[in-house]
Amino acid sequence: MISLYAFMGAIEQGTAFGLMVLGVYLTFRVLDFPDLTVDGSLPLGAAVSAVAISNGYHPLVGMGIAVCAGFIAGAITGILNTKFKILHLLASILTMISLYSINIRIMGRPNMTLLGADTLIDQFIELSGLAPHFSTPILFALISGAALLALIWFLKTSFGLAMLATGDNPEMITSLGVNRDMMIIFGVGLSNGMVALSGALVAQNQGAADVNMGIGTIIAGLASVIIGETLFGKPNVTRAMLAALLGSIVYRIAIALALGVRLGDFAFTPSDLNLVTAALVVVALVSPQIKSGLLKRRAA
Amino acid sequence: MLKVEGAAKTFNPDSVNEVQALRGIDFKVEAGEFVTVIGSNGAGKSTFLNSVAGTFMLSGGSISIAGKDMTKWPEHKRAANLGRVFQDPLLGTCGSLSIEQNMALALKRGKRRGLGLGVKARDRKLFQAQLETLGLGLENRLADKVGLLSGGQRQALTMLMATMTRPDILLLDEHTAALDPKTGRKILDITDAVVRRDSLTTLMVTHNMNQAINMGDRLIMFHQGTIILDISGKEKKGLQVEDLLERFYTLRGEDVATDRMLFS
Ligand SMILES: Nc1ncnc2c1ncn2[C@@H]1O[C@H](COP(=O)(O)OP(=O)(O)OP(=O)(O)O)[C@@H](O)[C@H]1O
Ligand SMILES: [Mg+2]
Repeated sequence: MISLYAFMGAIEQGTAFGLMVLGVYLTFRVLDFPDLTVDGSLPLGAAVSAVAISNGYHPLVGMGIAVCAGFIAGAITGILNTKFKILHLLASILTMISLYSINIRIMGRPNMTLLGADTLIDQFIELSGLAPHFSTPILFALISGAALLALIWFLKTSFGLAMLATGDNPEMITSLGVNRDMMIIFGVGLSNGMVALSGALVAQNQGAADVNMGIGTIIAGLASVIIGETLFGKPNVTRAMLAALLGSIVYRIAIALALGVRLGDFAFTPSDLNLVTAALVVVALVSPQIKSGLLKRRAA
Repeated sequence: MLKVEGAAKTFNPDSVNEVQALRGIDFKVEAGEFVTVIGSNGAGKSTFLNSVAGTFMLSGGSISIAGKDMTKWPEHKRAANLGRVFQDPLLGTCGSLSIEQNMALALKRGKRRGLGLGVKARDRKLFQAQLETLGLGLENRLADKVGLLSGGQRQALTMLMATMTRPDILLLDEHTAALDPKTGRKILDITDAVVRRDSLTTLMVTHNMNQAINMGDRLIMFHQGTIILDISGKEKKGLQVEDLLERFYTLRGEDVATDRMLFS
């Protein structure tokens, strides 16, 4: 089984990446916009905040800048898609690839350590007086919980309602006077703002920002969303978003368990996780088809 | 209310697939007029309604609504003053949202959508009152997802949503064609009642000659991208399907007798 220490670690990771998962939920499920920008905007948030923090800015300021940078990255993907009519997937890949170069420019090198810098985690440990492996998960849970509540509130506003409708029925929402292009640009921007904030938390947690830390973000995000939907259901948007956040935690626990598996000489390494996760997503995406196929065959 | 001058629309210009869907249409509708629109498949009826709504831009000519030239306006900007109902009941509503959420979206037609609560308590009263007029029992199902409703119920809801802000122009494109006859009749009754109650300027496309004659105050017929017939007033009231067919074939210069056999 999994130790308390590993369990708290999984909560820590699950909530830090939970912001990213909420962002992925917003694009994939709400806007129906498959967005791969996140593989670039996660390290973007990490890079921007790391540079800000190591230059002596308050970590909250660094995180604020990270959100803005992520928003701009997402908005660019939205503009490429809506104004220049580039397919959404391709538009997001173009932004993601550009961000690789940009992130190295921002840091001045491919990675950057935060050792010795005064991060939000350090400040919270001091404030709460708890041991790090308790205080950090609490801090991250507070932040992602607040983001979840904000997102739930947002999607209940008039503007948020229009965003929900944009993904469901773009023709209808246009005929009700909503500029669909602006909705997509804003929505993908908002999503990537959250992903960048996630990156800023992860960087402070790992004590470093790395240009390659974003690889596989989208797959981990999708896997978390799907796990959440499967385990906790999605009767409405509020529940579905809560499920996505919980899915993120379950996903990280599953990974911790997978890393503990020993079969003779074989053991998973962290670098195997992208393959395992991708396989998981494929199974989740294909299983409804297989299920309905089996049912049909039985009926015939 | 609606003034169209020299409206032309060519799809895929300068290619083998070129289609001249509208060929210079001049057409004026007064405020409060209810116009029924007929014409064979591909005559340009939907293209005309779409050009009014701004789904695409005209290749030539101009469109003004309520005195404003909207020829170059994008669809979402024109939408403030336009209500639309399509043939497909799925097109007019969001299946994943509740009845009240859909109605709240329609209530904000053309208005700024801010960070206030999307569905307000006082709106619910209004929605319930409006749903009651449909007589479908939907007033007790405000929180139900629209995806659970039947095609007819969805179309009735779309009808409400298209008219609840009293648009300058109401565009109906074969909005009962996908429904069974009984439900279709119900939707037509609702249409007539709402259009009369609010004196809405309306264009209604239909393939049913009887509907076209019995509803509205004016009837126009499209043929190959032009309006070949425009009947109103007394003349329309006394119209018979027979007369209409006869005039249609005379205008087309075809033999009435042989073609009429196809219709009977
Ligand atoms: N988006 C489009 N691209 C290319 N051609 C189109 C397009 N929309 C309509 N057309 C063509 O324009 C012509 C007019 O079509 P339209 O849909 O306006 O006819 P309609 O009168 O509504 O017919 P129906 O009764 O079948 O609905 C047809 O020849 C059609 O093929
Ligand atoms: Mg048509």
